[in-house]
This record gives sequence, C-alpha cells and structure tokens, in this order.
Amino acid sequence: MSMGMSSETGVRIETGAGTGARQVTVDYLARVEGEGKLAISIQGRKLESLVLDIFEPPRFFQGFLVGRRYNEVHEIVSRICGICPVSHQITALQAIESALGVAVSEETRLLRRLLAVAQTFQSHVLHVYMLALPDYLGFPSVLEMAREESLRPAVERALRLKKLANNLTALVGGRAVHPVTAVVGGFTAVPGRAEVAQALARLEQVEDDIWKTLRLVAGLQLPRVERADAEQVALVHPQEYPVNEGELHSTRGAAATAATYRTVIEERQVPHSFALYSMVRGRGPFLVGPLARVNLNFAHLTPEVRQAAEELGWEFPDENPFASIRARALEIYYCWQECIRLLRWYQQRLGELPAGVTTMRERVRPRPVNVRAGQGAALTEAPRGLLYHSYRLGRDGRVEEADIVSPTAHNVANIQRDLEVFVADLLEKDEELTDEEIALKSEMLVRSYDPCISCSVHFLDVKVERH
Amino acid sequence: MGTNGKPHLAVYKLSSCAGCQLQILNLEDVLLDIAGAVEIAYFPMASRRMDPGPYDIGFVEGAVTEPAEIEKVKTARQQCRVLVALGSCAAFGGLPSMKNRFPQHEVERRVYQRPDWIHSVAARPVSEYVKVDAILRGCPIDTSEFLELVKAVLIGIRPRLASHSLCLECRLQENGCLFDRTGCMGPVTAAGCGALCPGLGRACEGCRGPAEGANLAGFARLLEAKGYSRRDVIDRFQKYAGAEPSMAVAATALAWEEAHA
Repeated sequence: MSMGMSSETGVRIETGAGTGARQVTVDYLARVEGEGKLAISIQGRKLESLVLDIFEPPRFFQGFLVGRRYNEVHEIVSRICGICPVSHQITALQAIESALGVAVSEETRLLRRLLAVAQTFQSHVLHVYMLALPDYLGFPSVLEMAREESLRPAVERALRLKKLANNLTALVGGRAVHPVTAVVGGFTAVPGRAEVAQALARLEQVEDDIWKTLRLVAGLQLPRVERADAEQVALVHPQEYPVNEGELHSTRGAAATAATYRTVIEERQVPHSFALYSMVRGRGPFLVGPLARVNLNFAHLTPEVRQAAEELGWEFPDENPFASIRARALEIYYCWQECIRLLRWYQQRLGELPAGVTTMRERVRPRPVNVRAGQGAALTEAPRGLLYHSYRLGRDGRVEEADIVSPTAHNVANIQRDLEVFVADLLEKDEELTDEEIALKSEMLVRSYDPCISCSVHFLDVKVERH
Repeated sequence: MGTNGKPHLAVYKLSSCAGCQLQILNLEDVLLDIAGAVEIAYFPMASRRMDPGPYDIGFVEGAVTEPAEIEKVKTARQQCRVLVALGSCAAFGGLPSMKNRFPQHEVERRVYQRPDWIHSVAARPVSEYVKVDAILRGCPIDTSEFLELVKAVLIGIRPRLASHSLCLECRLQENGCLFDRTGCMGPVTAAGCGALCPGLGRACEGCRGPAEGANLAGFARLLEAKGYSRRDVIDRFQKYAGAEPSMAVAATALAWEEAHA
C-alpha cells in the first residue's frame, strides 16, 4: 500500500499497487460539532464499504441524571450541547412539567418559542455561512473567506446576523450559550420594554441581509442523493410551524405523540454497521431536521417565506438531503419574521398590563410545584431536528430514569445510508473524480446534516465487533 | 511563531458540549481581528485546514474521560508553548464529573447494553495529566475573559482573571442576596461572570468552580443549618467542579462523615 496524506485537510488516501483498491479516510471531520471519522473502501469503481465512525466519547448524561432533582434536570441536560442548549432545556422542562402536572402560562409558552426560534436563527446562520458555505466556495473555513475582498461583505453579514440572533437568545435567556432564566413553570426574569424596542429596531434593519442570504444559497450548485426509500420525520402542529409543540409525522405516514414515541421509533443493530440505528419501527432509517420540517410543514410557513421559495425556484417537498441548506435559509427568513412577530406580541402584552404593573414577571413566575412520582416525555424541533426527552421521577422528585434521543442520533443511520448511495453513484457516474474530491463531497453530505456529534448521547451503544 | 510571524493558535476538543468553542465564534465583533492577529492553525470545528504543530497557544475544551484523551492532552502539551484549559470541563472536570460519584460500571450499565465496549474513565481536569498554564472558568467561558487571555499572551503579560468570591461582584451590582431563599453558591464560587445568574433571579450553581480560599466545610455547615439535607449539599459540590481537588475533598468528607455518624 502506498499512502498519500494531505496535512491541510486531513484526508488520507492509501492505494494498493496495481489492484485498483483504495482506502479514502477522513480522520477528523471538520466543521461539525463533535468528533467523527469517515472511512471509504473502493475497489476499482465499486464502493466496497463505507463507515461513518463516531469517536466522540460517551458522557453518560442518562446515567448521572439518576438521583438528581427535577428542578435541575434542564440545567444539566443543557450541557449535552453548547450549540442547541435551549432545545435540551425546553424539551426537558416540558417533559418534567408533564410528569409533575405543571401548567405554564401563555406568556411562558410564547417566550419559550421566542427563545427557541432565536437559537435556531443563530444555529442556521452559523451552519450556512461558517460550516457549509466554505465547501461550496472552495475554502477551508470562513476565516479564509474573509481574506478575499469579494467575500468579506458576506462574512461580515454572517457575523452581523449571528450576533443579532445570539443577542435575541440572551434577551430572553440571559446569555446565548446555556441560558439561565427558563425554569420549571416559567422564567426567573423577563425582557424589559427598552430592550425589546431596541431588539425590534435591530431586527428591522437586517431584512436586506436575510434576502442576500437566500440569494447566496440559491446560487449554490447542490449535489444530489437519489434514494427511493427515503423517509423524513418532523413534528406537525395544526396551527403553527412546529417548534416546541406538535405531533410526530413522517413523509410515509408514521405518526406518534411524545407518549407513544417509543412505539413508533426504535433503535436496532444492523449487520455490517457500527451504530445503534434509529429506525421507524418495521421500516428503516429516516431524516430529521430543517428539510423534513419544511417538507412536512410548508403550508405553515408565512406567505412571504413561501413566496420567497417560489421566487427562487425551490420546490418542496424535496428529498435531496443537500437541499437542507435551502430549508435552512428559508427557516432563517421564517425565524427572523417570527422573532419580530413574537416581540411585537410581547410589546402589546406589556401595553395591556394593568395600571401600576410594569413588567411581565408575574405572568411567567413559577408557582410552587406539587412534587410527586410521575413519568413525562416531550418532543420538540431543535435546529437539527426532532429531539426526544423522557423522565421517570420518584416520589421525592428525583430522577429514576432518563431517556434522551437527539436529532443527530435520529439521523446517523440515514447519513450512513445516504453516504453509501451517494458515493456508489459518484463512482459510477463520474470517472474523472479524484479520491480527494470523493472525500470532500462525502464530507459535504455529512455536513449537510449539520451533525451535532456532541449531542449524540445515544451514539455509542454502538461499536459492534467486526469479524 | 509561524512563517508569517504570527503566533499560531490551536483549539482541541475532549469530552465536551462544544459550547466553549462556540463562544470563540460568538466573538462576532472581533473574530476577524483575532484571525488577523493570530494564525488559527488548528480549530477543526471551524476549519477543514489543520496545520501541524507546534503552536504558540493551545486551548483545550472538555474533560478527560478516555485513555485516548489522556494521550491527546499529552500531545497537546508537547505541541503548545502555552496551554489553556478552556472552560470548567477542562479546568475542573466540569459537569460530566457528576458521574464520578458512581462506580464507572454502574453508569455504563445504565446507559449502554454492552458496557464491555466502553472505555471510559472518571472525568478529570486537564491538569490531572499535564501542566496547564492558565484556566478559563465557566460553563460556558466568558468571552471577555477569553479575549483578556489572548491579548495577555500576545503581549507577554499575566492576564487579569478573577478568582475572588462571586458575592463581591454581586454586591457591586446591588443585587438582592439570594442565599437565604435559594442556598446560592455565590459565597464559595469564583467571580468573573458579572454575577449573571443572581442578577436574573437564579441562584448561582457554581459553574465557575471554587473561589480562591473558599471555606467549603463552613459553607456546607451553613447550608445544613438552613435545612438542606446532607445529600443536597453533596449534590451541589458534585456538579460543575466535582473533580476539582478542594471540592472533591469537601464532598468526600461530608459523605464519609454521614456514613460514619
């Protein structure tokens, strides 16, 4: 075997002399949140095997949550993921509140929606510009892009939007990473009038940035994955675009609530694979995330967002996982509009407060909790897709059992399946493609899922011995 | 120094949530200036380009929880002139160290069907295995402290990082004291966050680790006098900094005392 290594990108190519056998390895997947590796074995123009290997160490959240009190669970699970802490917090809060029979006010419900939408806004801007775009433009990172004069404005736009979205998360949650104000039953602090007015004014200034983001994404040449057996799963809500509420639906008719989730989604071992795969029971792997959300909820996007999709020539449903970046761009537009709508609603509510009351604090103040034994589950849409939390509490309000399945844990089997189909197809159709290009295109497919490997508390039951 | 005369910077990841790395990218106003002042040579979460070492300054995010990570921090130490623990996981073992109170096989069995495939060890701070030149506290880190540290390394001076009690910062902000109502960890926790949580009506949970000279045993007695159970007190000590030596000793002493009472 001879070996070539590109120190710049971490792609390793080993060739068996005269046999046509090649091994293409990406030792450390870049621009994803967490640690993963990709190994592709090729014989001539045939894909022999492909392994997406997750080497992120297990952190045992479900193990050490046992014995902790109900009111610190959301704070602890926030630390599963620094990119989508809000999703883990809100999902845990809703599951715990369901277990304890705690009802929350409409104000709490809508402030949680604002918190989650602001986080998705930030996460999508981060992904589109900093994690995905460099591949399409031929740069190793957004920092190198910034050195090109022609691209500098796009990078500055990304930073402007990202900062705006982070500030919105902090406006409600106190800070952007691991926010602190959301608690069981409500919030410990609320945004003030002046801050809300200021945030609205800033949001209204960036409409042009949003449109430029959409047009930038529309200009990208997206590769395609052609798969006949694709299935996509997202929450669906009768009245609104799903964020923290709704029921699970799939493009092939699967349906469940948080309480019946385990009867519809299962995890199982598959021959020749290393991961414990999430499957629709009796069927196969599925995709969750912005593309699944847009495909299943297009009608609940605002008329302006739907209009934008039409103007850009984007048709949904679209089953190509690379189209996730279009769904993300549309959701950036949606999140921007939704933040404005929710802040205006908040302003209006402030105006309706009785004389002498100056803040919304009373409307979101947590009430004393009647601690009891119980079981509760919740499903939400995190930036990267469907998130499931379930807890069993003892009579003392301490956790007896925790079950958490993150979006990336839902997606990992599907990423593997997509990669197999995609790489086999590339080898068959394009003789000119170098191994280095195959590695890059495969990485682009993995990154199109925006995998959050740190999140995947479930990944590692996983290593099956190889014979 | 690299060929272009700029100091080379590296960011490593161990067992962590990536939130402290994200905090670096959250420095939107100055990110491009930082990228101009230093060469970001190794930062896999941000770039596909991974230049080989040595580096002038390295940040390690996450706790050490696997034999492979012990090797990784040793390599990082060799590669970096200045090595910094980025956030409470790297500095104190962080929240993942909550598992250390249980026998490893017990937590493994709770989560995995086949614990024999898992190679995890107790969560430890980076400083357990290699010398660390500085720590940045917090879950997540404070972006202004990160900047302070980078600037100090660039000029070659000692960074100004707080290690006094949070109460001082909280009082300066004129927040009402939460201790009586919530058993706030402020008295024994290091400042530097601007007393963010108490300012928002939340008790401090101790995410920045113990303040310099914190009297943990005295604080435990104070909590118990307020009616907190021994178990609640130990829970508080075994949260964000349970693997930090003074916290670990205090929690162990409390547990031992209870078992032998």
